[in-house]
Amino acid sequence: MPESKVKLIREDGRRLDGRRLDELRPIRFDVGVLENATGSTYVEWGKNRILAAVYGPREVHPRHLALPDRAVLRCRYHMAPFSTSERKSPAPSRREVELSKVITDGLASAVFLEMFPRTAVDVFIEVLQSSGGTRCAGIAAASLALADAGIPVQDLVAGCAAGKVDGQIVLDLLDEEDQLGEADLPVAYMPRSGSVSLLQMDGQLTAEEFEKTFRLAVEGCKQVSALQREALKQKYVTAKEEVEEAETKDAEKKEEAA
Amino acid sequence: MADSSEVVANVSQRRVSELLIQDKRLDGRGLTDYREIRIEIGPVEKAEGSAQVSIGNTKVMVGVKVETGSPFPDTPEEGVLTVNAELVPLAAPTFEPGPPSEDAVELARVVDRGIRESKAIDLPKLCLVPRKQVQVVFVDIYVLDHDGNLFDASALASLSALMNARIPVYTTKNGGEVERTGSYAPLPLKNHPITVTMAKIDGKLIVDPSFEEEQMVDARISVAVTDENRICAIQKGGIGTLTAEEVSEAIKIAVAKSQEIRKTLLGGKNPVAPTR
Repeated sequence: MPESKVKLIREDGRRLDGRRLDELRPIRFDVGVLENATGSTYVEWGKNRILAAVYGPREVHPRHLALPDRAVLRCRYHMAPFSTSERKSPAPSRREVELSKVITDGLASAVFLEMFPRTAVDVFIEVLQSSGGTRCAGIAAASLALADAGIPVQDLVAGCAAGKVDGQIVLDLLDEEDQLGEADLPVAYMPRSGSVSLLQMDGQLTAEEFEKTFRLAVEGCKQVSALQREALKQKYVTAKEEVEEAETKDAEKKEEAA
Repeated sequence: MADSSEVVANVSQRRVSELLIQDKRLDGRGLTDYREIRIEIGPVEKAEGSAQVSIGNTKVMVGVKVETGSPFPDTPEEGVLTVNAELVPLAAPTFEPGPPSEDAVELARVVDRGIRESKAIDLPKLCLVPRKQVQVVFVDIYVLDHDGNLFDASALASLSALMNARIPVYTTKNGGEVERTGSYAPLPLKNHPITVTMAKIDGKLIVDPSFEEEQMVDARISVAVTDENRICAIQKGGIGTLTAEEVSEAIKIAVAKSQEIRKTLLGGKNPVAPTR
């Protein structure tokens, strides 16, 4: 790619969307948003809009794929045809096939699959609108959906990318920064054990730049992890409030009747 | 599922673990040693470029075909690179005929990233008529025998085939159309990305895992490195995880090993583009 003419860092040192170099986009997770799924999560991450749903543990089809000592985790990352500027064919692209694989691997280490032998846990990630960093937002949403499904996990898997844009190391790349920037490094990370479960890179970085970018991505993951925890707690706070509200109403009715 | 091969796998797994404690491996290698690498240039005459690489018992053939086609709308003045990988059924009992598996897609995409992100091919030089006609480079990876580390063997075979490729020369006629002159020129190359794959077993990083070692891998990491020792692609695989320290160590090992392999590939010569 020829040297980009578009300036990705403004004169005042801020980025195209006004963020500092080490600042995340606004992120909001909503846990338990779908009725049919065992667990689900919706995430708005900048302009990204992603739904993740979990079905299972359930019977494995086809049967021969079942494992005698643990559950099979299967994950599909898919982008809606209307999620990009140019319509994306709904058939899975090679990119989606690859991302499904790395996301499956990235989630598998977190889940206690040995608790559900001979079953399947199916994870579906649907990108409704994409704006850069969808695999990281998707894996974070999927991890929350697994927790929402009541499947025991070691930790929530947080995802966040860092990269190099206009010679600067930045956190959480926008799609323009991803396309026109010099490097993109998506990471998935579990803070409790300090382990990296997904790691990819494209672009070019020296070994020193890599180190700096990687550390920044891990810091981003820690912030995302805190947001995930809050969102998961919030689901139960909301549920509790609803129950309390219903109980008060019941009590009022009874009083009226009496 | 607990058939005889699994029992054998369990036995050798214990053996591998015992050896790793002493920094040794089943086949006598040290932790960061590659198996013997052999590069054969030009086994297929009909291809514009070809190479067969073996790393130990792993054999991968790559053919490069060059045709003309339309450029991508976002790069109207650049040639096109397409990488495809076939896990041919004759290469391993687990490879099946049919559309490319997840593994084949991942392999092709990882090799593609190494070549593309290092800007190894001078794609602007492959433009014939801006916005209309460019040269399209097809890199087809053919895995012939699978004894582990298909990533490095495929990346090295692809680079070797590209270095050896000769592409048709075109001239522009008066009407702006292009025509083949009948002569051939080397494919313009600017870099020599080398991919180094490591596996984590029992908390130790080993370079160039064999098939047997791959069966007990916690996590895998492949790192592509350019002539300038810059990192240009990374892919982590496997259901296990890596610590931040292990990632940093893997990068260091990759930079060091890539220099060794590049030396083998270029015959000790200075890594300068063969054309200009």
